[in-house]
Amino acid sequence: MNMEEMIDKYFRPGRLPHIWCPGCGNGIVTGCIVKAVAKLDLPKDNVAVVSGIGCSSRASGYLDFNTVHSAHGRALPVATGVKLADPNLNVIVVTGDGDATAIGGNHLIHAARRNIDMTVVLYNNNIYGMTGGQYSPLTPEHSKAATAPYGTIERSFDIAELVKAAGATFVARATTFHAPMLADLIAQGIEHKGFSLIEAVTACPISFGRQNKMGGPADMIKWQRDHALPLAAFEKLSEEQKAGKFPIGVLYKAEGVKEYTEAYDELIAAAQGGK
Amino acid sequence: MLKIHIERCKGCGICVAFCPKKVLAVNEIEKVEIVNEQDCIKCGQCETRCPDYAIFVEK
Amino acid sequence: MSKILLLQGNQAVVEGAIAAGVKFFGGYPITPSTEVAESLAEKLPKVGGKFIQMEDEIASMGAIIGASLTGKKVMTATSGPGFSLKQELIGYACMAEIPLVIVNVQRVGPSTGQPTSPSQGDIMQARWGTHGDHWLIALTPASVPECFDLTLRAYALSEKYRVPVILLMDEVIGHMREKIELPDNYDEIPQAERKLPTCPPEEFKAYATDESLVPAMPPFGSGYRWHVTGLVHDETGFPKGTPAATLAATNRQHDKLYNNLDDIVEVENYEMDDAEYAIVAFGGAARAAYEAVDMARAKGMKVGLVRPITIWPFAEKQMKALAGKVKHIMVHELNYGQYVLEVERAVAGKVPVTLFAKYDNEPASPAEVFAKMEEAFK
Repeated sequence: MNMEEMIDKYFRPGRLPHIWCPGCGNGIVTGCIVKAVAKLDLPKDNVAVVSGIGCSSRASGYLDFNTVHSAHGRALPVATGVKLADPNLNVIVVTGDGDATAIGGNHLIHAARRNIDMTVVLYNNNIYGMTGGQYSPLTPEHSKAATAPYGTIERSFDIAELVKAAGATFVARATTFHAPMLADLIAQGIEHKGFSLIEAVTACPISFGRQNKMGGPADMIKWQRDHALPLAAFEKLSEEQKAGKFPIGVLYKAEGVKEYTEAYDELIAAAQGGK
Repeated sequence: MLKIHIERCKGCGICVAFCPKKVLAVNEIEKVEIVNEQDCIKCGQCETRCPDYAIFVEK
Repeated sequence: MSKILLLQGNQAVVEGAIAAGVKFFGGYPITPSTEVAESLAEKLPKVGGKFIQMEDEIASMGAIIGASLTGKKVMTATSGPGFSLKQELIGYACMAEIPLVIVNVQRVGPSTGQPTSPSQGDIMQARWGTHGDHWLIALTPASVPECFDLTLRAYALSEKYRVPVILLMDEVIGHMREKIELPDNYDEIPQAERKLPTCPPEEFKAYATDESLVPAMPPFGSGYRWHVTGLVHDETGFPKGTPAATLAATNRQHDKLYNNLDDIVEVENYEMDDAEYAIVAFGGAARAAYEAVDMARAKGMKVGLVRPITIWPFAEKQMKALAGKVKHIMVHELNYGQYVLEVERAVAGKVPVTLFAKYDNEPASPAEVFAKMEEAFK
């Protein structure tokens, strides 16, 4: 299936063009989700996409699956309910950096801790885009934002390290420059039985790029190209050389950790056996 | 060859910037335009990074 | 066959949930509702259901929304502070029309208040806690057997009207132990059923309705792929923010309930046939009111009790009729005065309305209620 056929198949008819600004990377990331679903040939009826609130969370409305555009920060609890109530569904969570790591931060660590089988695609554009460019927990330190006119003095999360520490069993990162890799990582995340998170580094030219003089959409994608390194290459760098760079690819994968809904089936069997 | 869904294009210029053969341009109404199709090598850079699913390479 | 048990109100809710076919509970510990969660954690797996203790009150509300979308009957239970935290997603469930039941065992507030003391301080929060125009149903049991019955009724209403139903308990009813007769086997209890689409998936519009104004709701995974959103949406389910779409969505969400008040609003009348005076009380506060009415009757006073079982929507018609029947109404509630505001609005000055508000951590005794009635109805 070529890309045009994928878009025709997995996007709801008549919903394009989408609402995202010119040059916004969210469309690239959403295209990668579609490529991953196509690669795995998942039946559309068996896929549930749950999003929160924010620019990226509007993706759910375009996709021809069982979709929920939930409340700000709450995609993961809703997704947890969907998955636990019907483990046959492939659950993909679409969320942004503010949605997932600020207002929804508590849910993120607990979903990771449970190792519940779902794939979180975290669109990291380093900013609250929809509300006009306020800083998020993933805004790099010293970056400017509508609520940080002097540059933010807050350190940002390394979200991959955070969810790994919380118990996620598949953690990966790619950028919109590396779109084919991103699609492949999302597919790996979906195939992985357990909680997976793929951080998709994506450009917000209007609300982040402008304030931080990063140039136009293409310049921001070139920035991704120039600052991302495959994990193996990144690890070979000295601490000095690592500054400003970030690793991409599969960053962490744990095997043999019990998945939550499987553990729940065992609990039910035990409870019923003990009747 | 190249197929454009003009109604989806927002004129961001990403495809133009990544095209290695200068096949594309953004015109005065901020839409992508094919200016040099004979040079297209079907590398797919435009399709891969178009955020709007507005350009496809037909192989 | 049936069995006779001595149960707490909270436990009767659990029995009601199992009988209603609840298969998913998302909760968070909070006094005085915790028994509901603890008991369902034990019972649900035995019937193939799932219990999950979420990381917070908001998450437990989110989880039951998600589970409801798969077609399951779902419940959460909480008390004042947790109820406040759930409010945003209660609004979401109103907008997206997601059937679910929230048990709120009210305690003294605001804030941490008095976790183990009874109150009926969430009457207005149950109605107006979330933001924006919205409508939902709240039911208030006044006995342990009624906890069971109203739990079943909560599901019947929630599924029929696709609306959140709040089982508005109070600590008196939640923790009180009372005799209850339950069927040995719940298999014969009629199960509330969600309306399913009759059209093929390709013709399905998620929020299109017939004259019932209630859209069909296919479960996720059934082949009907639809979009759920808290944004104002049209009959397709996709966001649409035009004035016409907003008006249509808002009116329909109102009318689907308010066209059916006779089905939804339940009020019990006790000794009301020849009553010249009425006390209005509900939930735990009604317990003393029954006895106070008996005491008054023994002294020859023609007093009756009007007990709203459905708290929301407000029993407008019943209270207006009451104003045409009796000379004086006393409202007794375990708060500074909330439900009385609605009674006064409906009565509109036709007869005097006196409030006996009790908000000192303890329910009133029958003698206290009687004394207040004697004073008011002189």
